[in-house]
Amino acid sequence: MSFRVGVVTFPGSLDDRDAARAVEMAGGTAVPLFHASDDLKEVQAVVLPGGFSYGDYLRCGAIARFAPIMNSIVTAASHGFPVLGICNGFQVLCESHLLPGALTRNSNLHFLCRDQKLKIENTNTVWTSGFKPGQEIVIPLKNGEGSFQCDDETLKMLESEGRVIARYVDFDPNGSRNLIAGISNERGNVVGLMPHPEHAIESLTGPSTDGLTFFTSALQQLVGR
Amino acid sequence: MAKIIVEVMLKPEILDPQGQAVASALPRLGFTFAKSVRQGKRFEIEVDGDPTPAQMAEVEKAAETLLSNPVIETYVVKVEK
Repeated sequence: MSFRVGVVTFPGSLDDRDAARAVEMAGGTAVPLFHASDDLKEVQAVVLPGGFSYGDYLRCGAIARFAPIMNSIVTAASHGFPVLGICNGFQVLCESHLLPGALTRNSNLHFLCRDQKLKIENTNTVWTSGFKPGQEIVIPLKNGEGSFQCDDETLKMLESEGRVIARYVDFDPNGSRNLIAGISNERGNVVGLMPHPEHAIESLTGPSTDGLTFFTSALQQLVGR
Repeated sequence: MAKIIVEVMLKPEILDPQGQAVASALPRLGFTFAKSVRQGKRFEIEVDGDPTPAQMAEVEKAAETLLSNPVIETYVVKVEK
């Protein structure tokens, strides 16, 4: 039986199809979910894709947070339901307070699109369990507001609890505190990541196939439940 | 008709690259007065008549939940006649 992974489409989502494709390539069944419905359609995990939900008006992810589907996701996530937020999805997770901190304008003000090296720092989350500790991967990074910011206390908590799941290596793209590229919640079922694993699942179109491991990790974890 | 104003600013400890860009553009135009610049947002909310305390409480709540992100921003609510 293949596991059902929902991919949410908000008005302005861009990478929902790529995310769905990544789910399928990892061996899951991608289920399209719509922002205006609160129906999770019996999926066993959810991906919040990249893009510009609601035109990034007000703040990135600020309006998507109040979409009906997010109410269902926030409730489910608090019971251990796996959620991966990529780029704009990460911003939505922060605005929803499922993850601490916030993503702000890149420190050099430029929209950035590059193949970015990352170091996987935590392999105990649902979405990173298939990596080796300290593994270095290359996946695309493309955003204008990817600078992870939080207060000193939150930063200390994230670091001491090992909740930084990935860090930028060799190059600081956006001024994120401690070069943070992704974090998880306490339980490890909710992960937010600025770079795009769903664009690195095939050598034809991506810089590597490293991104696929995020999706296979989650499916593997679902098998174990 | 009164206007309720909500002003949102990044907290002082949060990096403001937009403000910095403005600050570095000013001297290029010959304006040399600025030591630093921080950029924020201003919302003008129209209501019928003078805002009631209940309305003000609602605006306060909206400012905290939607108009600002308390993780990185602060807000001020005031009324303009």
